[in-house]
Amino acid sequence: MNKDFKNHIEKSLSKNIRIDGRKNDEFRKITVETGIISTAEGSARVTCGDTEVIVGVKLDIGKPYPDKLDEGVLMTGAELYPLSNPEFESGPPREESIEIARVIDRGIRETGTIDVKKLCIEAGEKVWMINVDIAPINMDGNLIDIGALAVMAALKDTKFPELKDGVPDYKKISKKKLPISKLPIEITILKIGDTFLVDPTYSEEKLTDARLTVAILEDDSLCAMQKGGEEPLTQESIMKMIDIAIKKSKELRKFLA
Amino acid sequence: MGKLLVNDKDIVVPGEIIAEGMDFLPSTGTYRHKDNILADKVGLLSVDGKVLKTIALSGKYLPSRNDTVIGRVIDILMSGWRIDINSAYTAVLPLQEASFDYIQKGADLSKFFALDDYVVGKIIRVTSQNLVDFTMKGPGLRKLYGGRIISVSPTKVPRIIGKQGSMVSMIKDTTGCKITVGQNGLIWIEGEPEQEVITVNTIRKIEREAHKNGLTEEIKSYLDKNKIEIKNKEFKKETKEEKPKEERTKKEDDESQGEQ
Amino acid sequence: MAYNIRLDGRKFDETREIEAKAGVIKKADGSGYFRIGKTSAYAAVYGPKELFPKSMQDPKTGVLRCNYNMMPFSGAGERVRPGPSRRSKEISMVTKTALLPVVDLTDYPNAVVDVFIELPQTDAGSRCAGICAASIALADAGISMKDVVTAVSCGIVDKQVVIDLDYAEEAYEGGDVADIPVAMIPSTEEITLLQMDGNISRENLKKALEMVKEPLKEIAEIQRKALKDKYK
Repeated sequence: MNKDFKNHIEKSLSKNIRIDGRKNDEFRKITVETGIISTAEGSARVTCGDTEVIVGVKLDIGKPYPDKLDEGVLMTGAELYPLSNPEFESGPPREESIEIARVIDRGIRETGTIDVKKLCIEAGEKVWMINVDIAPINMDGNLIDIGALAVMAALKDTKFPELKDGVPDYKKISKKKLPISKLPIEITILKIGDTFLVDPTYSEEKLTDARLTVAILEDDSLCAMQKGGEEPLTQESIMKMIDIAIKKSKELRKFLA
Repeated sequence: MGKLLVNDKDIVVPGEIIAEGMDFLPSTGTYRHKDNILADKVGLLSVDGKVLKTIALSGKYLPSRNDTVIGRVIDILMSGWRIDINSAYTAVLPLQEASFDYIQKGADLSKFFALDDYVVGKIIRVTSQNLVDFTMKGPGLRKLYGGRIISVSPTKVPRIIGKQGSMVSMIKDTTGCKITVGQNGLIWIEGEPEQEVITVNTIRKIEREAHKNGLTEEIKSYLDKNKIEIKNKEFKKETKEEKPKEERTKKEDDESQGEQ
Repeated sequence: MAYNIRLDGRKFDETREIEAKAGVIKKADGSGYFRIGKTSAYAAVYGPKELFPKSMQDPKTGVLRCNYNMMPFSGAGERVRPGPSRRSKEISMVTKTALLPVVDLTDYPNAVVDVFIELPQTDAGSRCAGICAASIALADAGISMKDVVTAVSCGIVDKQVVIDLDYAEEAYEGGDVADIPVAMIPSTEEITLLQMDGNISRENLKKALEMVKEPLKEIAEIQRKALKDKYK
């Protein structure tokens, strides 16, 4: 990025002014809708400013992992369709889409959000597989935070299909919901120059020096982290970013109520 | 015998029957199908006597000779630079068009324009294959330093500039920002941070409402409501040398929607 | 028993509920959304822009590329594996040939116009919904088009000619079913997409192609209205 332009914008950010008039620690307007995809067992649409993400959850029955014979399987995928951004090309998933999926997945799977032992039907043979697919429709930055929020909303919305001869009958959806025991929220903080920003737009993301994504639980404990961006972070910066993330996670968690 | 089914300045869409009968003549954005004239673009209908045109409301920039545009350097060539002008076609800035000063053969071209530099230039030639030649020699043409670049639909540029630059001048006077509008939809803005926010918001508002009547009044009152005092009174009113690139060409005059 | 009443109670020539919007994807040069019953499609147009590799460029005109894809959670049963399939490649191709006749890309030699169609939810009629969304998106992008292209399925369910078959009708087991997706240029009534799965007599095919004209023109009006509504 052109250094001149970056400096100019950094000056503006250091005065707490962003080009859309927000403060550095302000999120854009968020809306959350659930149950919007009739072919999915759980779904959600989340918008945040001009960013819009749809998440669909499909359930299936399959074999467990060999090292976790009595646990269900959770898989998260993010298809960065060229639909939402011409810079995403068709073809095998790029680094970016893999990173987004894995960071969101880490924040949800590692925390034990879903009680995967309750997904076991027959140890070693049959467990429930949860397939979460993240589909961005409108791309204006902050895909990780908004994608994660949409995933949580979709998981909360998910209901098991009835079983017919041991196989899911997708035409009959039961009222039974997924065993969710925790509600992690992921917040990404960007560092641009000396300023920390939340909820960056697409053009703000292009100015990233470094970023830190943190997944936070209801008790303010941290359950996943990922540093990105090419610049290093001092320990002091990291602690400051975590504090901002904890504060913001409370705002976003309200949308899952 | 002919009957106009749609009014001047109404929005028309592809396949819509604009007029019946042989009285009217198709032009840009309209065509004759049997006894009727149909639109072939989404746009505002322009009725000029018997000639029916549509003025496009969207569409990528098509390079045109004499247009002043803002571009970004994307490649340094043997004898010039390649410039991204926000179009399907890139432009080439040849060595001899880069500067009034003589540039030595074998000189380090990146000292003049480096990758990712933004420049204001003029299109001097467009071939039938849409190869575009670009110049930096001319009043107001220059490299851009600092500020911000935003992108609007090129179809809205005439509205953003206004008759004889009246709209963009109104914004400059209220916010104290320097503003350069490229015909290709790229706009450069520089000023105090809060004023830049107001400028961008105003331009976006014009972009959204470009097809409506009474826009000038609307923008005037929007600026009055949202303006804040310019802190640093050292900003200069735009110098005369910058007027030429903002003065509307005949094309702009043809395409501008009249103020009510 | 003959198919006298449709499974969802619709009239034989009645389509499911339709919703259409233009400009739904801000970053795209043009975009459209089209929903018919429970089948919905987004389309985004990017271009005209430079075409790579250069070997694919056409010096006389711009090139149109279409890409149709179903989102993994959009199928009626199991999850759909992401990535192109033979089916999606075929649909991409017929979508392109359905749209090409109305589009004029001679102003853009050597360039490409990309159309991306994604379906979040399907209940039969997906390629038609994709074509309708793509038409809206192309017009929204400012591409010169003689007309929108409009599409819907027609066919028979147990000897009864019907318009806009849903999934339940496609899978009907009480008699012969023919599913015929049709795309048409409304102002000329020329057909740009015609496919068929199933079994139908010549007479019923003629009836179906006659019956589908009016619904197609009504859908075209909805598409055109969506383009105008963006500017309200």
